[in-house]
Amino acid sequence: MNELANAIPWLGKRNPAAARWVVIALALAAPLIAMFFGKTWVRILDFALLYVMLAIGLNLVVGFAGLLDLGYIAFYAVGAYTFAFLASPHFELHLPFWLVLPLGAVFAALAGIILGLPTLRLRGDYLAIVTLGFGEIVRIFLNNLNHPVNITNGPQGINMIDPLVLFGWDISRPIRIGEEITINSLFLYYYVFLAFVVLSIILVQRLQISRVGRAWAAIRDDELAAKAIGINTRNMKLLAFSLGATFGGVAGGLFAAFQGFVSPESFSLMESIAVLTMVVFGGMGNLAGVVVGALVLTALPEILRHVAVPVQQAVFNQVLLDPEVLRMLLLSLAMIFMMLLRPAGLIPAHSRYSRPELVVGVGEAGK
Amino acid sequence: MSASSNATPILQLRDTRVAYGAIEAVRGISLELAPGELVSLIGANGAGKTTTLNAIAGTLGTVGGQILYQGQPIDKLPAHKRLRQGLALVPEGRGIFTRLTVEENLRMGAYCRRDDDAVDADMERIFGMLPRVKERLQQVAGTLSGGEQQMVAIGRALLSRPRLLLLDEPSMGLAPLVVEKIFEVIASVAAEGVTVLLVEQNANLALEFSSRAYVMESGAITLSGSGADLLADPKVRAAYLGE
Repeated sequence: MNELANAIPWLGKRNPAAARWVVIALALAAPLIAMFFGKTWVRILDFALLYVMLAIGLNLVVGFAGLLDLGYIAFYAVGAYTFAFLASPHFELHLPFWLVLPLGAVFAALAGIILGLPTLRLRGDYLAIVTLGFGEIVRIFLNNLNHPVNITNGPQGINMIDPLVLFGWDISRPIRIGEEITINSLFLYYYVFLAFVVLSIILVQRLQISRVGRAWAAIRDDELAAKAIGINTRNMKLLAFSLGATFGGVAGGLFAAFQGFVSPESFSLMESIAVLTMVVFGGMGNLAGVVVGALVLTALPEILRHVAVPVQQAVFNQVLLDPEVLRMLLLSLAMIFMMLLRPAGLIPAHSRYSRPELVVGVGEAGK
Repeated sequence: MSASSNATPILQLRDTRVAYGAIEAVRGISLELAPGELVSLIGANGAGKTTTLNAIAGTLGTVGGQILYQGQPIDKLPAHKRLRQGLALVPEGRGIFTRLTVEENLRMGAYCRRDDDAVDADMERIFGMLPRVKERLQQVAGTLSGGEQQMVAIGRALLSRPRLLLLDEPSMGLAPLVVEKIFEVIASVAAEGVTVLLVEQNANLALEFSSRAYVMESGAITLSGSGADLLADPKVRAAYLGE
């Protein structure tokens, strides 16, 4: 979070304490601000937070351990479908979310190990191809496992998934305070997701400066040398895959509950690419960068969509470019400009893992 | 021929074989290092020197023979466990963590150690040996010169407190003056009692600095003897010293 605050132009460097408060205030007030522009925008914010979680998880694999994973969305799918299987009318199961969500995370972690084991010797392009194939295999399975036994309900997906119920309180229902004020469930989801994101950030920050984080940094820079200084590279790579996948699994579960519906088309290769773009765009290996990257690249295409469609209608009397096409176009443009202007990402990663401001206690002592 | 001391050799290879698929790169070699020795393994490109070293460090598996470390077979131990027993490798091409700082690189060498105070003391000792490294502690390692990177790589290996240090072509790609400095560092490491097995193409310097040497040719050891003897050997002079 300090890192995020520091990244705010001008203020961040001059008054870190104030910048920190700005970050906190923005995070808390974001949905209220978004509400001025309509409910859709709160919904977009909710999705943005899910993408932030995905980007944090993928950054663990790609940014920290240097393992290029093009099939990351498969873990999102595993989490989402686990939730859908265990908490929907599909199998007539309605397990509570505090059981389903961790299960989704565990299955995603197992999927991560399944992907990691055969790819231990692969690096770079070769690893990318295999992970890409893995992502596609998962999606194709989801698409086709409705026959002969219907497991996934095929391309139709699974409907009417249970919402999040926290301590007996269904957060998909708006809260009414008195007669006048109702708090939309989109807000509630926002704060729940925010809590998950904050927790993820704290976890990953600790992880980065731990022995595990150092081992990953070593493997990323030189695997042979990492072995030579006594790092068990096999276990560390598997750990990166499975921990990264865990974040994907949790985000997937939240996605299923939020959306109430999952289908294979949400987990296409393009989604994996989109998350990877967020990581690279924001600054591979830098937590703050990755968070900003995910937020920017979720919000920008939506803004564009809401501007582009009316503009096209006004000018040509019809919509020539599909918003989905525009999104991919924008992602590619963002990548091109980034490579030209800031090749290491919006907020580049430090070359060091032992950033004093990250080390527990030191930041506090400095005040 | 072999070491004069009666102590168990710190390292012993018995008919060790290493293969890449169907191709045998090391075809049954035997060698021995007594504790405290500085021994070099010289030979032409592709003779199997690096392969031998990687097999000893455990980053490559063997297909036959035995590797004994302090009298115990270690063939089946994974690389990271061998390091914990005091067997450290400085890989070919230095293997620096280019995106970390010099200090972080050095501390990575102590990855398996828990005695932080002793690590700090060792750092100081290593700075004494490698003053250039100390000046550049906060610099990103990838921006160092080749010679400095080699120093960092050696320093990093020393921080694991090795009993046996395996050095793979420390002179590779370095200017002659820098090579000289690196060899002086290696000699001072050996003087502290660390056993060193040095793989080199620069036969002249390697033989000059080491007590004994083995000459490797197409996967087998063809000659061995004291550094001075080999330096005087007309065959060696013809084959490796360009005379």
